[in-house]
Amino acid sequence: MATDTRDSTSFERVSRAKDIAFEYLTLGATLLGIVALAVLLSYVAVDAVGWLNWQFLTSPPHPMPEKAGIFPALVGSIFLMLLIALITFPLGVGAAVYLEEYAPDSRLTKFIQLNIANLAGVPSVVYGLLGLGLFVQLVSLGYGSLLVAGFTISLLILPIVIISAQEAIQSVPDSMRQASYGMGATKWQTIKNVVLPESLPGILTGTILALGRAIGETAPLIMIGAPTTVFGVPNGPLAKISAMPMQIYTWAEYPDKAFQHGVLAAGVVTLLVVLLSINSIAILIRNRYQTQS
Amino acid sequence: MSSANAPDLTRDDGRTRREAVVRLVFFVCAVLSVLTTIGIVLTLLSDSVAFFAEVSPVQFLTGTSWSPANDPVNFGVLPLVTGTLVITIGAAAVALPIGLLTAIYLSEYASDRARSVLKPALEVLAGVPTVIYGYFALVYVTPALATIFPTIDTFNALSASLIVGIMIIPMVSSISEDAMSAVPDSLRNASYGLGATKFTVSTSVVVPASVSGIASSFILALSRAIGETMAVTIAAGNTPRLVDLTDPAGVFLNSIQTMTAAMVQLGASDVTGQSIAYKSLFAVGLTLFVITFAMNLVSEWIASRYREEYR
Amino acid sequence: MSEDTSRRRSEFSRRGFLAAAGVASVTGLTGCARVFGSENRQVNIAGSSTVFPIAEAVASDYTQKNPTVNVSVSKTGSGGGFSNFFCPGMTDINNASRPIADAEREQCADNGVDPVEFVVGTDALTVVVNDEANWVDCMTVDELRQVWMAGGAKQWSDIRDEWPDEEFELFGPATVSGTFDYFRETIVGEEENHRNDYSATEKDRTIVRGVRGSQYAMGYFGFAYYSENPETVKAVAIDDGSGCVEPSLETAKKGTYRPLSRPLFTYVSKQSLADETVRDFVRFYLEKAATDLVSEVGYVPITDETLEENLNKLDAAVEDVQ
Repeated sequence: MATDTRDSTSFERVSRAKDIAFEYLTLGATLLGIVALAVLLSYVAVDAVGWLNWQFLTSPPHPMPEKAGIFPALVGSIFLMLLIALITFPLGVGAAVYLEEYAPDSRLTKFIQLNIANLAGVPSVVYGLLGLGLFVQLVSLGYGSLLVAGFTISLLILPIVIISAQEAIQSVPDSMRQASYGMGATKWQTIKNVVLPESLPGILTGTILALGRAIGETAPLIMIGAPTTVFGVPNGPLAKISAMPMQIYTWAEYPDKAFQHGVLAAGVVTLLVVLLSINSIAILIRNRYQTQS
Repeated sequence: MSSANAPDLTRDDGRTRREAVVRLVFFVCAVLSVLTTIGIVLTLLSDSVAFFAEVSPVQFLTGTSWSPANDPVNFGVLPLVTGTLVITIGAAAVALPIGLLTAIYLSEYASDRARSVLKPALEVLAGVPTVIYGYFALVYVTPALATIFPTIDTFNALSASLIVGIMIIPMVSSISEDAMSAVPDSLRNASYGLGATKFTVSTSVVVPASVSGIASSFILALSRAIGETMAVTIAAGNTPRLVDLTDPAGVFLNSIQTMTAAMVQLGASDVTGQSIAYKSLFAVGLTLFVITFAMNLVSEWIASRYREEYR
Repeated sequence: MSEDTSRRRSEFSRRGFLAAAGVASVTGLTGCARVFGSENRQVNIAGSSTVFPIAEAVASDYTQKNPTVNVSVSKTGSGGGFSNFFCPGMTDINNASRPIADAEREQCADNGVDPVEFVVGTDALTVVVNDEANWVDCMTVDELRQVWMAGGAKQWSDIRDEWPDEEFELFGPATVSGTFDYFRETIVGEEENHRNDYSATEKDRTIVRGVRGSQYAMGYFGFAYYSENPETVKAVAIDDGSGCVEPSLETAKKGTYRPLSRPLFTYVSKQSLADETVRDFVRFYLEKAATDLVSEVGYVPITDETLEENLNKLDAAVEDVQ
């Protein structure tokens, strides 16, 4: 490269200085967003100190900041996650298996693939409208119920699950399939005994990461009429649902300092910790099984 | 797609039928995604049609006042569209240059180790729930901005667009970086051979060569900013106002309302499916859907072109 | 060979993983089934954001005692609650900061919903300005009318010459709110429209934030939201022709804070009272409305006579549906 300094002309010096300045500029840009987020996270962590305690985690919401808790929203979020996992895992894997193992190279297949990519880009608030129009109005499953919330957010993350499952299935070497066919296995037997077991860790990782996205979704919940606050845990599929992001949104409107820099911060940290645990499970699974393939 | 055909066996045991059933089940799963799209379109259309039966589309698209519940009711979507535009422009001013520079750093300068740390860290930016970004903007960013701009409103477009900008940096950087990595090294080496510095190579060779990928990432990120809901609902306020171009500072320092925030406001208090306000929700939703869907398609189209260029 | 063993081991651990996941989900589902056994023990509430803090405190206390009951409260505004939730039969209870309107009664009747009215507190609807608005402490009803009616004043100086030449920045409740209805009726009057170029929200706390953020702002909402934030915004005393009176629990109780002190209501669907859980919750709610819980959130609790009246009304309604 033209960076030899032995007898550099002024032109070279300038262009070298420019080169270094540019490198620092790009590095600075890279760090800017990361540092901004880190600063904000440290603020919220400091604010949450003293508020995030056992009482907060086990109490229902209350207008007095010192009595307020996140319990129903925490449990609601977990119920919602389980329901969404039960819905999206089989459907997502099914769709991915079809697209990777069965689909002919036809226009329909291309269309389905393009459609999935585009669905991943539809704003979440629009999925909320789908849930409102379809599940609340048409099917009458009740406004803001657990079932409606689960269905709506499942549709929202399904494209992400499908795409990541497809990637996992793609990574299974073709030779393994050939070996299976060579043993006289049918296509389904090959998928069941070779492709799915081999790609399972990848699929699980992708699904869990998608669940991490689901747990933070707020707009669809508001659109399907999730109540401002729910006290008590969901006690049936049609019970009204509360979730952590929804409760955070509700609290964001409480202007007193004790909420803004206390209860709310504790809620944000709780949500982030749950999100982080979900993502670490995904990463653990990936690392555990990555070495072998 | 990637497998060979199953061997033809003469003994069947009902295998063929079972295989057909399994295939059908998987096919139904895949088609569900198409049904979702159809469901979205039908839901949006059916209530929008009912809405446009009462309010003319011209009035909706050109009206300059939005007050769906207050007398006299007005359903002019322009204040919401301009509100969304303000947020999008602000977010773009943050995310596009920073995202592009980030992509250049990751693709041209960073060591493998730095990349393996920085890329996941950037992904975290996109992984934080948007409701939390809204809280950050309201509780930390706006008070900080108030020390610089004393006249700033509690709810303002500036802090919301800054935070949305940060949120979409990874969309710009990751797709742009993919495009830059796809630029063949022969192009770089040719340039180095002519005595170019890394700066020149990056800006005069790599960026122009990956311009379609970069454009695709920009469009996708803007589409995301347009559809962003919670951060703008919490931080930018609920004042539908047409942008006043004579007062550019005021545009960012005042409270506005985006299309998405208006939807949240309507959706939170009406789930009957009867009122005109309820129906207007779907008309706004349809507008939003059409805009973002078109942008995603364009982005996809541009991206598929650059993929063909170098592969 | 060694690769083969490692593969087999990973195969084993994968089975182990699946088994563990299976056990975990079965345990989870059993837990769910137990809670799901108490299905339908639900109380759904919508309506006024003014009454919301009372409902929030009551529901919170109730759930502590009855953890398997699922109580939900939606902030929709009194009117939004009646027409979009309560009368269509989607909720059991509707909070309101004004009495139910005739049109709403009709809508309820059409859907076979029979609302029973209870008073659960008294509010001093409070007009607030920014803490730094040192020029204003007291306003007459007519001055307020000038500010809030359509086509009225634009700047502070339009009201009194000595006030600043600055435009108002106005924050108020949305039209679905009972506070809006009450304010419109008592201040703006029937002949004029309430202006609509203000920031409207069902979320009263948003109004506090807005007013706190601008020196020339004004807003109005239920007293609770002021009492929560006395040091961040300033309440304006109201002159009803007999001198300036500050909003407070005392003046509201005495009735001297005129014309903005007002009763707060909750409406219960008679049909929902057939459900034991709803019945139990409503009784709890009414009893709590006579306690300090109400003054803690910033309203005047009901008197013992009102409580007795309420309970008699409840008993009569319950008898009807049983």
